[in-house]
Amino acid sequence: VRRGAGHFEFRAHIAELSARVHGERPDFTLKSFDWVSFACTGLTGLATLLILAILAVILGNIAMHGWPAISWRFVSGGTESDMFDVTKAGIFPMIFGTSARVILMTIFVIPVGVVTAVYLTEYAHTTSPITRVIRGAVNNLAGVPSIVFGLFGLGFFIGFVGGGMDALLHPDNPKPVWGKAALIWASMTLAVMTLPVVIVATEEAMRAIPLGLREASLALGATKLQTIVKIVLPNALPGIMTGGILAVSRAAGEVAPILFTGAAYFMADLPRSLTDQFMDLGYHVFVLSTQSPNIDKTRPILYGTVLVLLVLTFALNFVAILIRARIRRHVRAAHG
Amino acid sequence: MPHRQQLGRRSEGWMGLERGYRARPGEWIAEKLIFLVSLTAMVMIFLIFVFVTREALPILLGRMSSAAALETAVISPSRMDTLSPEALRQYLGLTPAEFAGKDRETLELLMELKEEIAAEAPEDKDATVNTAAWRYLLFPHRWTGYDHPVCIWQPVSAIHKYNIVPLIVGSLKTTVVALLFAVPLALAAALYVSQLSSPRLKEWIKPAIELLAGIPSVVLGFFGLIVLATVLQNVFGYASRLNAFVAGIALGLASLPVIFSIAEDALTSVPRTYTEAALALGSSRWRAAWQVVLPAAVPGVFAAVALGFGRAIGETMVVLMASGNASILSWNLFDSTRTITATIAAELAETVFGGHHYRLLFLLGAVLFAVTFLANLAGDLVIQRLKKRLEGKRA
Repeated sequence: VRRGAGHFEFRAHIAELSARVHGERPDFTLKSFDWVSFACTGLTGLATLLILAILAVILGNIAMHGWPAISWRFVSGGTESDMFDVTKAGIFPMIFGTSARVILMTIFVIPVGVVTAVYLTEYAHTTSPITRVIRGAVNNLAGVPSIVFGLFGLGFFIGFVGGGMDALLHPDNPKPVWGKAALIWASMTLAVMTLPVVIVATEEAMRAIPLGLREASLALGATKLQTIVKIVLPNALPGIMTGGILAVSRAAGEVAPILFTGAAYFMADLPRSLTDQFMDLGYHVFVLSTQSPNIDKTRPILYGTVLVLLVLTFALNFVAILIRARIRRHVRAAHG
Repeated sequence: MPHRQQLGRRSEGWMGLERGYRARPGEWIAEKLIFLVSLTAMVMIFLIFVFVTREALPILLGRMSSAAALETAVISPSRMDTLSPEALRQYLGLTPAEFAGKDRETLELLMELKEEIAAEAPEDKDATVNTAAWRYLLFPHRWTGYDHPVCIWQPVSAIHKYNIVPLIVGSLKTTVVALLFAVPLALAAALYVSQLSSPRLKEWIKPAIELLAGIPSVVLGFFGLIVLATVLQNVFGYASRLNAFVAGIALGLASLPVIFSIAEDALTSVPRTYTEAALALGSSRWRAAWQVVLPAAVPGVFAAVALGFGRAIGETMVVLMASGNASILSWNLFDSTRTITATIAAELAETVFGGHHYRLLFLLGAVLFAVTFLANLAGDLVIQRLKKRLEGKRA
């Protein structure tokens, strides 16, 4: 501020001096062009443009090389013979595996996330220590590295929960039934990871519901819990859906947490039960780009797989953004 | 929530749930359950901490030996009868219960097995050394065949070399490159979008940059490996195609949207009156943004960088695919590099469950968890204080 104001005073001073010398009326409007401001504005604009250009290059590159690889056979076919064979390999098992783990994850994460959001918006005191701790935990959970979730899934879900279930249910079975990498443990690990996404989105939606609705319900004699179940939650449904979709789009592309908890390098069959391993789109991208015997030959299916994964996550993201925009419009209408 | 008080609620006791269980027992139970479920996030953080460090505990406490050979002299099975049962038990490393459950033949077999292991062990001055001790994890050591002390991570060899320094340096290298690339770009873009651009342009740019956040990290890793590595090598002409520089740039793309959106929020939440006052004093839009709004948003910008750091150092797939994965200790950006996260991802599947290599990878995970936890905590505290300050100003 000081430099700006000083600059201004200096300019005014010059103007006054020149007025004395030339006997003209001092001109206080700063006509001279501010080159520094112009250059810096341009630089920040260029930085923004650069980011957008990088985004365009990434998406364009993938779309351009990926599109020719997409065919009905590629999307619906399996990998019975050779997953690196460009003419025969399909990615249906991976699409199936990714969908299965993501749907299972939604079943685990939505109830817990919604109930937590209900507590945080409807019951908790904003200032109480326990609320602060819960909020801190939610924020921190969002920042835990995905590979640590993988370790956690291996140590807790597979080693502790699965191993414990084996000891209880199948004490004389030498081969582990539950205590190994499986679809259910991968989904649960992802559910823990995406919990903050669901909580934050649901909370936002519940806060957007006008207080009048709750008051009307309470005034009619409904209890607090009835109000929440019959008034607040139905109205927050689009927000809950947004949270679920965002969680799904986040989880669909994650590979690190499922590396040790369920993803398989190759499987001849589709997973049949919760304790089976599965093939996964993201993991398949990793396998194709690092383990391929001939990267130049397998490049088309690699790009094809990436394109399918990207379209899947972006489509989900897009739906979530649309629903969220609608909610925000409603909020503005309700509060405005 | 400011309108909370208007509701005219009854005074509520512990956790806001004290409403008398006699009046509506069903609802009382349901509300207690809601409270318990809402603790899940907290419990999960706690469990992550417990279960990751639990596996690493024997290493942390120095109770695990990764020596390739036995320190005690080998006793031939034919001399079994000369040993007292207690000495035999200690020699075989069995608990009394285990020892009691084994017959003579099994014990003889165990002794033979022990003899065989000793015969196969490499003849090396380091063979009897516990390489998982803290001394070897953190400090250079002169291994057989080296003419000076070195830091090496080489878990799958006759002598397990577990020095974690090269991995930490690798993680720092890629993270620093990522931040050097992402922070200026993201901050400049945040400044432009929140202060300088027209509102209509902002409506297009913001979702586009958020789209970048929606790209899965495995796709960014793929892009770094297939496209970026080749392009950057052609431009800069260094020797190794995959290195810390390529991985850092790809990593920067992953942390850029995080930094951008938090910094943009912080800049937008600076009261509009600040800018208006500066403009009224004759400042240009840029000077108002740079000299008034940015200083006011410094805590938020700091939080953005802290969270971006957490994202970059914890990112796995990008570095696993684009960094080259050679665990050499080197500060050169253009050398092939291996990070903490990539090491865990690449090696855990091949370790023995419960072995020293397995536990060391969990130790790395615990270190990573601690580092990101602190970065997040710092960022979070700053954001909370910022919010409080801004709310205080508005009231």
